[in-house]
Amino acid sequence: MAARVIDSSGLESLLTALRRSGYDLIGPTVRDQAIVYDHVSGTDDLPRGITDTQEAGHYRIEERSDESLFGFNAGPSSPKDHLYPSHDELFSARREDGRIRFTATVHPNSPRFAFIGVRACELAAIAIQDRVLLGTEAVDLGYSSRRAGAFMVAVNCVEAGGTCFCDSMGTGPRATEGFDLVLTEVTPGAEYVIETGTSRGAQLLASIESLPAGPAEEQRVECGISNAVRQMGRRMETDGLQALLVDNPEHPRWDQVGDRCLTCGNCTMACPTCFCSTTEDRVTLDGEALRSRRWDSCFGLDFSSLHGHSVRASARSRYRQWLTHKLGTWHDQFGMSGCVGCGRCITWCPVGIDITEEVAAMRGQVS
Amino acid sequence: MRDRPKLAVWKFASCDGCQLSLLDCEDELLAIAGAIEIAYFPEATRAVIEGPYDLSLVEGSITTAGDARRIHSIREQSASLITIGACATAGGIQALRNWADVSEFASIVYAEPGYIAALEASTPISEHIDVDFELRGCPISKRQLLEVINAFLHQRTPDVPRHSVCMECKARGTPCVMVRDGVPCLGPITQAGCGAICPAYDRGCYGCFGPSESANVRALAAWWESLGVPGDALVRALRTFNAYAPEFREVSDDYAQRA
Repeated sequence: MAARVIDSSGLESLLTALRRSGYDLIGPTVRDQAIVYDHVSGTDDLPRGITDTQEAGHYRIEERSDESLFGFNAGPSSPKDHLYPSHDELFSARREDGRIRFTATVHPNSPRFAFIGVRACELAAIAIQDRVLLGTEAVDLGYSSRRAGAFMVAVNCVEAGGTCFCDSMGTGPRATEGFDLVLTEVTPGAEYVIETGTSRGAQLLASIESLPAGPAEEQRVECGISNAVRQMGRRMETDGLQALLVDNPEHPRWDQVGDRCLTCGNCTMACPTCFCSTTEDRVTLDGEALRSRRWDSCFGLDFSSLHGHSVRASARSRYRQWLTHKLGTWHDQFGMSGCVGCGRCITWCPVGIDITEEVAAMRGQVS
Repeated sequence: MRDRPKLAVWKFASCDGCQLSLLDCEDELLAIAGAIEIAYFPEATRAVIEGPYDLSLVEGSITTAGDARRIHSIREQSASLITIGACATAGGIQALRNWADVSEFASIVYAEPGYIAALEASTPISEHIDVDFELRGCPISKRQLLEVINAFLHQRTPDVPRHSVCMECKARGTPCVMVRDGVPCLGPITQAGCGAICPAYDRGCYGCFGPSESANVRALAAWWESLGVPGDALVRALRTFNAYAPEFREVSDDYAQRA
C-alpha cells in the first residue's frame, strides 16, 4: 500500500482503533522527568512539545519550540521493559505426599501490547531479542507470548540525539522492517506520513481517514531522515571490529576503562538487547517454591561465579567481557552484532563511559 | 517431627530497628513461630529459654569492653550466627566517633561522664568473632530477613544479591537521578536490598546497605567532583550509617585529608 498522510485527529483515531481492538497501548510519555515507555490511552499522553538532550552520563528533558509528539530520542526505557520484564514467574513447585509437583506458569492472558513510537534502533533490538529468546531450543515462554501478540507502530527519526549512532550500526534512522505501521512526523504535532509493513497494519490504516501522500510529503520524509543522519551525535567504525576486540584482550585501554567503571550494571539494564537473567526461588516457610527469572548483569560477581569464585573478579575483565561480547563474539553466537547504536549505555552510564570512545581508543584514534 | 530450631536475638549498640523488622513480619510471623522456637528475644518476650541456640541474630556494634566479652559467649552458644544491620556489619552511625575523641563527646553529653565506659571505636561484630552471614541495611529489609531465616531452615545459601542499587532502580523503572538531575547518588557503589526507595522519590541513595560487592568508590567520587560536589560534602556522604566499612572509609579518609 502506498504512503498515506494523516493529521493529528487521524493519529488519535489510530490509537483509539488499537485500543478498541483490545491492545494495551505502550507509548512514550513524560514520567519522573524523563520520556519513558508506559501505558498511554491517547495522543494527550504523548510528550507533546518535549525533547531531550543527551550526552555521556547526562540526560535532561526540555520544551521544544513546536508541538512535536515524537521530537525526542531513545529514553531510559525501551520495549524490552514490557516484552522481557525485569521479573517473570517461571514455575511453582510443592511437596505433596513425599513427591515434588511442578506447575509451569502459563501466560494465556498476556496483555497484547501495541507499541507506539518505536524507533528503528528499537525494532532492530527486538529482532535481536527474538533471535536470542525465540531462535534457539531455549524459548522464553513469557517473552514468546507477549511478543506474539504485539503490534508495532514505528516512528522514523527525523532528529538524532547526542549519543545516537544507529547509522553506524546500520539499524536506522529509517525503520525498514519489524513494524505494522510506520509514521514520519512531517509537520510537528500536525501531520504524519504513514506507511504499512503488514497486512494487519494496512487493515487498520484502511479503517481511519487518510489522504494519499504526494511527492512533496515523500520528499519531506526523506529530508527528515537525512537530517537525522547528519545529526548523529556519535559514530562507530565497525569494519574489522570483531577481530579488533577478540585480538586485543590485553590492550592497555581495558585497564583505563576498568579504573572508571563502577560495575553497577546500568549499561546492561538500559541496553535494549542485553538479555541475561538469573533465576530466583521464593520458598515459603512451609516449603512451597516459586521460581522466577530476573534480569542479571555480566557486571555482577555472581554472574561469573564458578565453583564458589568469580572468574571475572576485576572491573577490567567484566567491562572487556561485555564489550567483546556485545560487538564481537555476539556475531559468532547469533550471527549479528549485539549493538543497535541507540546510545543508552552512553547516556545512562552514571560516570559517562562511552562505548564509541572505547572502540575508537582500541583503534588508536583517541589518546 | 524434629524439634524446631531455637532462635535467639541479641542486641548490642543499636537502635533496635533491625530486631523490630522481625516483629514487622506480621503476615509471616505465625509461620516463623511455627517453624522456629523463639527462645531468646527480649524485645518480644520476657520468657527466656536457655541456650545453646541453633540460630542467633545479632544486632548492634561493639562499643564497650563488656560487649566485647559478651559477644564471645554468644558465639559459643550459637551453631549459626548472623549479624543484622549496619551497626553489626559495619559499626553503624556510632562509628563516626572512630574519627573523634569519645571522652570529649561524653563530657558534653553526660552530667556524670565518669559513669561512661566506652571503647574508643565502634566496631562490627566480625572484628571480634567469626560470623556465618552478614545481613546489611539500616534498617535491614524484612524480605531479606525472611529469606535468610528461610535459607537457614532449608540449609541453602540465601539469595541476597551483593550487586548495586542501580539494578533495583532499573528493575522498577526509575530513571537514574544522577544522569537525569545531576543529583549525587551513592547507588552505583551501594549494595541492593532496599528496593531503591530514595531514587524513586528523586533523592540520591544514602548508602544504607553499605558498599556493593565491587564498589569503585574512587571513580564515583571523581564523577561527583565533576558534578560540583565539594570534598567535605563527599566525606559527609560517605560517613553515615556505613562510615566505617573499609571501602567507604578509605576514600572518605583521603578526601578528609585533602580538605
